[in-house]
Amino acid sequence: MEAFGLLLHGFAVLLTWKTLVLMMVGLVLGIFVGVLPGLGGPNGVAILLPLTFTMDPTSAIVMLSCIYWGALFGGAITSILFNIPGEAWSVATTFDGYPMAQKGRAAEALTAAFTSSFIGSLVAVLLITFLAPMISSFALKFGPPEFFAVYLLTFCSFVGLGREAKHKTVISMSLGLLLAGIGMDTVSGNLRMTFGSPELLRGINFLVAVIGLFGISEILLTMEERLALRGHAASISLRVVLSVWKDLPKYWVTLLRSSFIGCWLGITPGGAIAASFMGYNLAKRFAKEPESFGKGRIEGVFAPETAAHASGTSALLPMLALGIPGSGTAAILLGGLMVWGLNPGPLLFVEHKDFVWGLIASMYLGNVVGLVLVLTTVPIFASILRVPFAAVAPMIVVSCAIGAYAIQNAMFDIWLMLGFGVVGYVFKKIGIPLAPFTLALVLGNRAEDAFRLSMIGSGGTLKVFWSNGLVGSITTLAIVLLFWPVIDGLLGRVGWRQRDKLAIKD
Amino acid sequence: MSQTDLEIVVDDPTAPEDDSPSVVSSGTIEIFVCLLLLALAVTLGYDNWRTGASWDATGPEPGYFPFYLSVILGGGSLYGLVVALIAHRKAAETFVTHAQARRVMAVFVPTLLFCLVTQFLGLYVASFFLIAGFMRFVGKIALWKSLLTALLFTTVMFVTFDIAFDVIMPKGPLEAAFGH
Repeated sequence: MEAFGLLLHGFAVLLTWKTLVLMMVGLVLGIFVGVLPGLGGPNGVAILLPLTFTMDPTSAIVMLSCIYWGALFGGAITSILFNIPGEAWSVATTFDGYPMAQKGRAAEALTAAFTSSFIGSLVAVLLITFLAPMISSFALKFGPPEFFAVYLLTFCSFVGLGREAKHKTVISMSLGLLLAGIGMDTVSGNLRMTFGSPELLRGINFLVAVIGLFGISEILLTMEERLALRGHAASISLRVVLSVWKDLPKYWVTLLRSSFIGCWLGITPGGAIAASFMGYNLAKRFAKEPESFGKGRIEGVFAPETAAHASGTSALLPMLALGIPGSGTAAILLGGLMVWGLNPGPLLFVEHKDFVWGLIASMYLGNVVGLVLVLTTVPIFASILRVPFAAVAPMIVVSCAIGAYAIQNAMFDIWLMLGFGVVGYVFKKIGIPLAPFTLALVLGNRAEDAFRLSMIGSGGTLKVFWSNGLVGSITTLAIVLLFWPVIDGLLGRVGWRQRDKLAIKD
Repeated sequence: MSQTDLEIVVDDPTAPEDDSPSVVSSGTIEIFVCLLLLALAVTLGYDNWRTGASWDATGPEPGYFPFYLSVILGGGSLYGLVVALIAHRKAAETFVTHAQARRVMAVFVPTLLFCLVTQFLGLYVASFFLIAGFMRFVGKIALWKSLLTALLFTTVMFVTFDIAFDVIMPKGPLEAAFGH
């Protein structure tokens, strides 16, 4: 029960007026970006990151994570009321949420969405509270080879398990790793790939790239679409909330199943998008009358929302325990940690107890406060959508530029941001995934350092990655995952052949 | 539905038409991107090979890791190129239609100008022009509303970042005249 004591300590860190105010500000800003078209969780966090540069790390992460929770809540509002998913993981919520709103049950659908988001995150936070300290204390024994093996595992699982075309994931990842290597080499001090440019000496900052890739490119993409919308801004009365909550126990199987799927896919790089669809589809498959899904069934809101939020939250587990982000937003938070001068990884739990437990406590508190906040203020936030996009778009551009400049006080970074905006736009349109790129860019230097330190330690032989049971099994698993599609295909073929043989015998 | 419901309707008069002709197909862009990436891979690979991409007594040289990444990137984009070239013969998917391209340019060009103005006149002046201009000319919003919004937003940003949070932005002659 050590975790419990530490968690209480975390709450103590959190319960100051300043932190609570920052939390509210973060949540409101988060819901704001979640509701606005062309912005969402990772974009919002990336753009608002510079606000936190002068804060102490604990306040900063509390505010940022609250922006993230707020954005998650906000995404559900537009999905249900306007049939516009604010995020890819809210797509499944529109299947039943929007029909419910059309039937005049918008308040119910919204309550269901917010409540299930809350439950999903809560399950994931509980998991983090008890699992993360264990993993990190285990990981304290890791040396460079083990760390490299874990990084390798992360990269390989993206390639092997991702749904995009394999070569596109490989392109995106190797490009990210290459760009991470630009500038001063941390091991030898040599300059690499700078081509004599003093601007490239600093290297390509991860956050600048993210602001361009997610912020600017998203604006360009949003403009391509028809931005007209029509819907009702329903207000939620206490009666509706209570009646939905009273029915909750009936849906415990759905909620539990979706939480489990979400946690699993959040920790592994499956992601919230896959989780929400899987949650929805499984709920449909196990339902007694699956054909009633898609016509406004409340379970169709519960299932994807729970899964998406459980996944979004549990993606922070590997980031806290190992320094490996499980999602794009987690990668940005990781970038934030480095800006505030913290070194992500298992040592975080030892050296910065206040920070880690403050963050975990803020996940509990932020979700409770967020739930109350969204339930009471839905009509206000829904009417934000009346603000014309022509006013919102330039403001987002300005915020992006401020964010990009503030990181290193460099004008060059504003140009870099614009460049990455174009890259992000083109990549998204031709199906090159951005998540592996982001991950590679933030982990690139650490992965390379781990690799070269293990090489220096072992005298230059690759056998070090199989030198003991632990590192050996991680490395082997990584390689298996990399070639998983091939292996899966072969296994499938063998299976068919055996079935054929059996069929002949019969 | 309760009494407090408010209907929200937002129109988009300049929305891109659905039947707008295609400017360029996705396949063509894919080929172009793969070629660019291939060129990048060769350039970076060469630079790393020059830095030293082999092993010395202590392990890999500085260029080792990125050199092999360039090889992987090169391989990936070469493969992508072949795939895109083969797929190109079939029916082409639209990358962007004429109407969409016009709208995207309506954001991209002002953003580009904004960056340019920031370089010379500072960020706050540039953002005032961007917001007011964009609202007026792209959004067709009344001039006074555009100017007021731009002024308010720019002021709030200035107070938040430069004064309250001490995050210093690039500034130009206007701010200098006020002693900032």
